[in-house]
Amino acid sequence: MNSFLMRSWLARALLFAFSVIIAAFFVTPLLWLITAPFNTQANLAVTIPSNPSLANFEAVYNNKFAMRALFQNNLIIGGGVMVLVAGVATMASYGLSRTHVPGRDVLVYVLILFSSVVSGTAAMVPIFLLVFRLGLIDTYAGVILVMTGGLLPSAIFIMRDFIDSIPRSYEEAALVCGASSLRVFRDVALPMVRPGVVVVAIWAFVNAWGAFLIPSVLLRSPDRMPASIASYSFYTEAGTPNLTLLSAYAFLYTIPVLVLYLIVNWRFGFRFFGGIKS
Amino acid sequence: MERKHAIFPARVGIIFLTPALLFVVVFLLYPFVRVFLLSFTNQTLLGTTAPNPEFVGLDNYQRLFDPDRWMRLGEFGSALKITAQFVVGSALIGQAGMGMLIAWAFYRKRGVLREVVFTLVILAWIIPETVVAFTWVAFLDWEFGTLNSVLDTIGVGRPDWLFDRPLQSIILFNSWRGTAFSMLLFSGALETIPPSYVETAEVVGATAWQKFRDIFFPLLRGHILTDLILITLWTFNVFTPFLLTGGGPAKRTEVVSIYTYRTAFMGRHEFGKGSSIAVVMMLINLALALIYLASIRRRRAT
Repeated sequence: MNSFLMRSWLARALLFAFSVIIAAFFVTPLLWLITAPFNTQANLAVTIPSNPSLANFEAVYNNKFAMRALFQNNLIIGGGVMVLVAGVATMASYGLSRTHVPGRDVLVYVLILFSSVVSGTAAMVPIFLLVFRLGLIDTYAGVILVMTGGLLPSAIFIMRDFIDSIPRSYEEAALVCGASSLRVFRDVALPMVRPGVVVVAIWAFVNAWGAFLIPSVLLRSPDRMPASIASYSFYTEAGTPNLTLLSAYAFLYTIPVLVLYLIVNWRFGFRFFGGIKS
Repeated sequence: MERKHAIFPARVGIIFLTPALLFVVVFLLYPFVRVFLLSFTNQTLLGTTAPNPEFVGLDNYQRLFDPDRWMRLGEFGSALKITAQFVVGSALIGQAGMGMLIAWAFYRKRGVLREVVFTLVILAWIIPETVVAFTWVAFLDWEFGTLNSVLDTIGVGRPDWLFDRPLQSIILFNSWRGTAFSMLLFSGALETIPPSYVETAEVVGATAWQKFRDIFFPLLRGHILTDLILITLWTFNVFTPFLLTGGGPAKRTEVVSIYTYRTAFMGRHEFGKGSSIAVVMMLINLALALIYLASIRRRRAT
């Protein structure tokens, strides 16, 4: 074997070994989520169940509180955030792209700056009091509005990339024919940016779906808790988790995220959409 | 950015922007101003100071920075120190390091290996945070956890991760959780490098390290800076470790975000003091965000 072949073979072997190590590190913490839900005797170990069964799911299904969290509260919150973020961000980025509003650059600057500054637990202190004053503590509306406010700046940047990339000639033609600006937006521009709207909507939904901090601060009654918090209902008073039920519930809770990831990956290719530019 | 002509008059633009502006003013600008005002009061959720908070001047800040106690576990200085270790370990070393390694290893490569590795890294990033916290509690368990089974097999022993090495645990966890961002950013950035540069280097027999040092690193310096600032900012604010350790044991993983949460939303619900912590956090965020914006602007200008 000559040295060139030798080196290329070595490079392949190295890449393979590297991939195995990285893949192992990233997959092993998740194995429990795949094995435990189907094991009626699940503990914290990863063991392939000898009699795989759906009994854990049946028991979870009978927990009305947890089911309502997943199939009602999560859908209301996720759906509300999705509609608001996609709608408001599409309008805003369309306005930014197609008009010269005075102070536009300042607005964009403020958006980037404050979306990074006012975030996380630090922002929750004033936001809790604001929501309290608005009388929206323990309401879906409070959670949806606060989440929308937090996600909106990034959504506008994602959306702006899509809108800047569509040609303007159709809109200009429609204007010449006498269409109103609302009609141009709705009937000409919107159909062309539909992929962008879908991406932003899915992104907002997945973010709202997994959120823990905001609902845990703003909600009080068990009836309205989303799945991230309802998961803790599978803990006893003493703080020990019922692992069979917890794992099955976590599994159900994760499926929508995986499905949406697959859809985005298949339709658009999972990549950065806007926002992050060097 | 090139300036294109407007299609609609500014008045139409304002109508399109109004809903977004309302959200930005109410949920970003107002809280930012309000938190400063709150930090000078003794506002609480319950008790007499709930309806009628009093102005207390710099009291809250003096309590935070009290030199006699601020470095004790469970106090502000200690939380800042733990946060610094957490950011350096999990973001700057863990996420950026692994992200760069993976992106570089698969530079100009396609195929099954790349798909598998990228998908797994992305999954760790997108699965809901409570779910990954549960799977990590299982993964790190002293008796049954997969990590200790592996370590035991290769004869390294069985550390009680969440009890004896809690900070290392959340650093490992957050490296795993967030590597996807750096990996995607760097692999996108690598694609912008003209192949001819690399081919020329290969013809003259450059080693992998020389290629990295002389081609990739100088060309990617901007992307690396962007990545490091953003992941520092996010890791500084991240709350997910709370779901793994609750800040314990004995406050040894109490990063600033958890410290804020415990002060304002647990126990006595001290919003005044919580606000003063939030002010310090937001000022740090502001500094990082300004560095980020300045670095983008400088690169756009050149």
